[in-house]
Amino acid sequence: MKCDVCKEAEATVHLTQIINGQMHKIDLCEGCAKAKGVSDPTGFSLADLLLGIGHGDTPPAEGQATTEVRCPSCGMTQSDFKKSGRLGCSRCYDTFAEPLAPLLKSMHKGEQHVGKCPPGRAENLVSAERLKALRRDLDQAVKAENFEAAAELRDRIRKMEQEGRSTKEA
Amino acid sequence: MSTPRTPEIPENIVVSSRVRLARNLEGHPFPGWAKKADRIRIMEIVRPAVQLVEGMEEAYSQSMDNLTAIEKQVLVECHLVSREHAAKNVGSAIVINRERTLAVMINEEDHMRMQGIMSGFRLKEVYQLIDQLDTRLSAKLPYAFSPRLGYMTACPTNVGTGMRASAMLHLPALVLLDHINKIVQAVSKLGLAVRGLYGEGTEALGNLFQISNQTTLGEKEDVILDRISKVIAEIVKHEQNARLTLLEKNPRMVYDHIGRAYGILANAQTITSKETMNLLSMLSLGIDFALFDDLTHASVDQLFMDTQPAHLQQNHNNQKLVPEDRDGLRADYIRSRLTSVRRPRFAIPPRKDEKDAH
Ligand SMILES: [Zn+2]
Ligand SMILES: [Zn+2]
Repeated sequence: MKCDVCKEAEATVHLTQIINGQMHKIDLCEGCAKAKGVSDPTGFSLADLLLGIGHGDTPPAEGQATTEVRCPSCGMTQSDFKKSGRLGCSRCYDTFAEPLAPLLKSMHKGEQHVGKCPPGRAENLVSAERLKALRRDLDQAVKAENFEAAAELRDRIRKMEQEGRSTKEA
Repeated sequence: MSTPRTPEIPENIVVSSRVRLARNLEGHPFPGWAKKADRIRIMEIVRPAVQLVEGMEEAYSQSMDNLTAIEKQVLVECHLVSREHAAKNVGSAIVINRERTLAVMINEEDHMRMQGIMSGFRLKEVYQLIDQLDTRLSAKLPYAFSPRLGYMTACPTNVGTGMRASAMLHLPALVLLDHINKIVQAVSKLGLAVRGLYGEGTEALGNLFQISNQTTLGEKEDVILDRISKVIAEIVKHEQNARLTLLEKNPRMVYDHIGRAYGILANAQTITSKETMNLLSMLSLGIDFALFDDLTHASVDQLFMDTQPAHLQQNHNNQKLVPEDRDGLRADYIRSRLTSVRRPRFAIPPRKDEKDAH
């Protein structure tokens, strides 16, 4: 298992923390664990730690707070989010997309939702979006000459296209 | 010493199955960031929708500020309300169906936290139940949903399916054999979490453990459910093997635990809920080993529930009691329930020195 922070060294420190009844997990190498000051597992906030991922070396300067990004819908700022580890509204996912991306990546199995969709409402939207993402992945796989992955992606795209046609006909 | 009860054992190891879905409304701030007026507005939209949805006929519905501390705690002990939700007041509510298999917390961390719960190992059945409720509600309520991130939740750890599937497992033999930590480590490598259901940190009261999925984005619900079900089946097998190992290699040790548990519970004059849970776990194991003629899992489960602090007080005229008084009341209650339960019948193998003498 690789370290969640540097993504290089083998993770030897495995932390779980229960925040509001939710279990959160992070795996760190020895060096990153020390650098993040997690020798005392009760004394750190996992949300902070995870949010620091990707730009751990450049903490935002104090003065930047005034120009901080603010969610246009609910008014939450990034430091509000860092404090609580909770977002203010669904729009926040767009507002804080950049700092969220590495966080989501480290927390989850993938970056694209593939599960249930609210029936009838979002399905078409979803498959269009998903097809786009799959085609993008396919391009990358071909460029990287990862043919096994490319073949699998091609199959999935074909299957989705067929499914799309059959629902339209029905 | 043979125990012809194996077909029952899986039921007794997986105590209950639960699936929880987090859902939010489009265009409203999440409860933790919303102002009181927003939360009340959200509740006014969500609560009638939930009360009127098919499957929720004659549901129990209460706003959290209408419940006493004891009533809230009883719901927590029944696993129908989270600890966090029990701390909520104005602007939060709970709706529970008559069978108590479905519960919707309104304005917990998300606008809705809906759960299905059933006894035994029935994760897929439970998912079908909650999935159906969710589908029906989605026709009435505009969910916050994005094609890329799925169901939007207040905490990024829940985004995607918004689903947390879990099972409560009774693993006394793995604890007695000291194998539980290995299991916990192996399981957490598979993206699942194991934790003691009661107690802080790694401490597991009553040898009860909850296993749940950690990730919600990038996998389909049935894939997650499949993985967790497979892992649970595997843990059940380990617990069964551990029980056989105990009976073969160290029956005296395990019988000693069960005998002492019976002795203490049947005679104690004051007992904490923590000690009660741990000893009842041993009685439960004794039932699986067919050592008790007069005890059933149902009666032990009932004792387990009735001896928790809030249940105890509720059954005692809803009177708030200090811990010392509770411990006395608890001991009295347990003794009264065990008067007609005869002591365990052990098939104790001969001691080493007896064997050696012949
Ligand atoms: Zn590292
Ligand atoms: Zn927002």
